[in-house]
Amino acid sequence: MSLIDVRDIVKIYTTGDVELRALDGVSFSVEAGEFVSIMGHSGSGKSTMMNILGCLDVPTSGAYFLDGKEVSALSKDELAGIRNRKIGFVFQGFNLLSRSTALENVELPLIYAGIPAKTRRERSRAALERVGLGDRMKHRPSQMSGGQQQRVAVARALVGSAPIILADEPTGNLDTKTSGEIMDLFVELNGEGHTLLVVTHEPDIAKYSRRTLLFKDGRLLEDERRHLHA
Amino acid sequence: MLETLRTAFRSLLSNKIRSALTMLGVIIGVGAVITMVAIGAGASANIRQYISGVGSNILIVIPGAPSAGGVRQQAGSGASLTLQDAEALSRESFALRGVAPEIYSRSQLVYGNMNWSTLITGSTPSIFDIREWKIDRGRFFLEGEAKGGAKVVVLGATTAKNLFGEEDPIGKTLRIRNVPMEVIGVLAPKGQTPWGQDQDDTAFVPLLTAQRRLFRRTTANSVQRITVSAIDGDSVSEAEREVRAILQQRHKTGNGREDDFDVRNMAEMLDAAAQSAKVMSLLLGAVASVSLLVGGIGIMNIMLVSVTERTREIGIRMAIGARTSDIRTQFLLEALLLSIAGGVIGILLGISASKIITGFLGWSTLVSPGSVVLAFGFSVFVGIFFGFYPAWKASLLNPIEALRYE
Repeated sequence: MSLIDVRDIVKIYTTGDVELRALDGVSFSVEAGEFVSIMGHSGSGKSTMMNILGCLDVPTSGAYFLDGKEVSALSKDELAGIRNRKIGFVFQGFNLLSRSTALENVELPLIYAGIPAKTRRERSRAALERVGLGDRMKHRPSQMSGGQQQRVAVARALVGSAPIILADEPTGNLDTKTSGEIMDLFVELNGEGHTLLVVTHEPDIAKYSRRTLLFKDGRLLEDERRHLHA
Repeated sequence: MLETLRTAFRSLLSNKIRSALTMLGVIIGVGAVITMVAIGAGASANIRQYISGVGSNILIVIPGAPSAGGVRQQAGSGASLTLQDAEALSRESFALRGVAPEIYSRSQLVYGNMNWSTLITGSTPSIFDIREWKIDRGRFFLEGEAKGGAKVVVLGATTAKNLFGEEDPIGKTLRIRNVPMEVIGVLAPKGQTPWGQDQDDTAFVPLLTAQRRLFRRTTANSVQRITVSAIDGDSVSEAEREVRAILQQRHKTGNGREDDFDVRNMAEMLDAAAQSAKVMSLLLGAVASVSLLVGGIGIMNIMLVSVTERTREIGIRMAIGARTSDIRTQFLLEALLLSIAGGVIGILLGISASKIITGFLGWSTLVSPGSVVLAFGFSVFVGIFFGFYPAWKASLLNPIEALRYE
């Protein structure tokens, strides 16, 4: 059984009389432990695909099996639960709560999961140490560099032991050196068994992954597998 | 839940000035409600206290409004009540404890180079019992002195103070309308009436002295008023019936002929006054609660702004698993915290404002626990009511759009 299995996904946006087919019959599957990049130009449908994969949106038609469960027709709150337990998000703009410390940011998914405070703290510390920020726990986002903030976001994605880490342009706001560091971290995490999906438009970033899904005009154009990068 | 509370606290603290200004609406509203109700309750309490001080079983009989050639005169200006009426009342009634015929007039009292104008009442000694006067120094005048027209006077505390200052008035002789009178007693002070009249600015003389020597009434034996007291509070209406019956018989009125006297029930009048004070305070409270409502709208306004400002934060929370209800609870709790904090501060403000009003204006105020509970409950309600819409709006945000919001 695949971890992710999407079949014939269609997403139509309707604005007034204009119908926009953002996704037009997309099917693929991802096994546990894969490191997949999703590529495409803007307007290719990759962002829509990522929203659906992240359970932030539901397809107009088609089926989406996540960890064996059909999620394409769930209610808002059920989707919230799925996001909380199955998916760790890493965003381009980091999306940390600016008033909270690194530790509090990482704890957030566990709060919504209803985990008791003591366990929460221990697991958040462990996650921050894992991404190399053991000495930055009490810092607020504004007191950290972009790379550090993105590491906090990665820790937040890790902390709930979600089977999938979904990254949307994770290096878009970072310089080349820091981008490399973050991608190396992803490769490491993949080596530890985490499943990673990275949405990007930079071929350099896609090179870190072992499989690339290329989108164009709402369709899956290419599904390229390769061996580990040099 | 505890976590949500902490989050709410922090987000309010991160915007201190805004939170404080928002609370101000509720603070003023709650404070105003409590102060207004306290003023009203104070006035009611004052009146009730006065009733118990003046004697709650009192009936006042005054002459009717005589008509001369079809023109009605002022009520109480007739001369239809006499000393004999008073004597008949005390002789024939069962429900009366005391009967005091009175004549009164404002007059000047002179002692040495001091003088003071006050209300001088001529009556029998029973007036002291009926009106529940206590003696402070000296004594009341006696039945014999009243009948014999002795030239003695009992002063109210204010009168005594203004004429004699620190001097002991007992045994001193003062002059009323050039008649020398001996001061035999000073009354214990009673304070002000609810409408601000000094009850101690007064003087009592024997009835006959007043009739014959001081006021020289044209109609002999006529009195301006008969004050009677019932045996106890329950027999006031029985006493009123008796007084009417006896006087109707003596004056040959009733049965179609209009009474030439009027019986007034002190307690009823004061009760009515207390009632109107209460209505007044309710009215003031209602006006004040409008400001509480305005405060609530302020909360709603700020919460709406806050939801817009924090759209991205809401998006983040939703992306990592916050349910609709989590978001709603968070914002509702913030609104509730604002209004509860405002309510508590408002209560403190209201209590201190009441104390200040008592201190500076001398109005008596009474902060009742009921009004505090009510105001607090109302502010909680305002928080929930006006917090709900912004919270609901926040919970309906689409996470994708919220995350993209700049």
